[in-house]
Amino acid sequence: MSDVDKAPRQGWFARAWNFVLELWNVLIRPSSVFGLGVLVLAGFVAGVIFWGGFNTALELTNTEKFCTGCHEMRDNVFAELKSTIHFTNRSGVRATCPDCHVPHNWTDKIARKMQASKEVWGHLFGSIDTRDKFVDNRLELALHEWARFKANDSLECRNCHSAQSMDITKQSPRASVAHQRFLFTGEKTCIDCHKGIAHHLPDMRGVPGWQ
Amino acid sequence: MIGKSAIVVLAIALIAASSSLLAQGVTSGLRGPTPLNEEGPAPPMTPMRNTAEREIRNYPEQPPVIPHSIDGYQVDMNGNKCLSCHARARTGESQAPMVSITHFMDRDGQFLASVSPRRYFCTECHVPQNVTTPPVTNDFVDIDSILNPPAPGGRR
Repeated sequence: MSDVDKAPRQGWFARAWNFVLELWNVLIRPSSVFGLGVLVLAGFVAGVIFWGGFNTALELTNTEKFCTGCHEMRDNVFAELKSTIHFTNRSGVRATCPDCHVPHNWTDKIARKMQASKEVWGHLFGSIDTRDKFVDNRLELALHEWARFKANDSLECRNCHSAQSMDITKQSPRASVAHQRFLFTGEKTCIDCHKGIAHHLPDMRGVPGWQ
Repeated sequence: MIGKSAIVVLAIALIAASSSLLAQGVTSGLRGPTPLNEEGPAPPMTPMRNTAEREIRNYPEQPPVIPHSIDGYQVDMNGNKCLSCHARARTGESQAPMVSITHFMDRDGQFLASVSPRRYFCTECHVPQNVTTPPVTNDFVDIDSILNPPAPGGRR
């Protein structure tokens, strides 16, 4: 009883703080065993391994094989993609899932990957694990993607389709007129007109530009 | 006796005729020379007419043909890609012809505020055209050429 009174049990915050202080003391104490060169070299090698490993793992999650590893993607959106021009066309150049759905620039990519943790949650708890559930949620899922494309001025489209390289004389008259009126003037961005270019559309009532 | 030989001759003639028919097959513009009991090679697919220039109708009631490609256009319960240009409210931006007011009429002759469900599926009547030579000839004559036959110098 008296022991407990003398040394009251510390809270978790105080214990954590003590641990941090102890760790800090270890970190700032100069090494008395390894040479400076060995430490620098070891740090460099470890850095290469960790950074390279991190990016390799990141790129592994950025492949179509990874995306279609889950049946939610394979049986719904990937199946729909197959009949569109982004999967099959005359030249055989095609877009894979991450080409359109993951930003190519590193910082944005990491941000998107963090958001994707919610998709892992959705997979684990089966939020769209049947076709009916997927169809019910399709509008919400599509709205997220449309908002993302609208916010970044259809960046993922423009990674391949640049307005500068677009030869409107090779386009059909309709496309040529529409691109000159709306794309080149900056009045609209790709996703404003090209919704449903790679997947089936949800219920479009109330979506601007649709009936 | 004469009758018997006549039957034999007739039978021989029939067999000869049918065998020559089988060997020749029937040549038609659509099938080609492929015999009727075989399936010929499919003709190559031809490109879509994509000029966006309106084609004249062959008769006033004809549903106008679609002068552009409609590949991948979704027309179903969820949405109608055609209407995203041809709907009344969309023609300002698209400069496309508006779906005619007849499409707003339901089966009781009542005009609705927008396209009637029975006229919703555009490709039931309107179809795009391929650039190709028709495999069969057509001697259709436009009504105007019957009403006003060309008579240079004559009375109209």
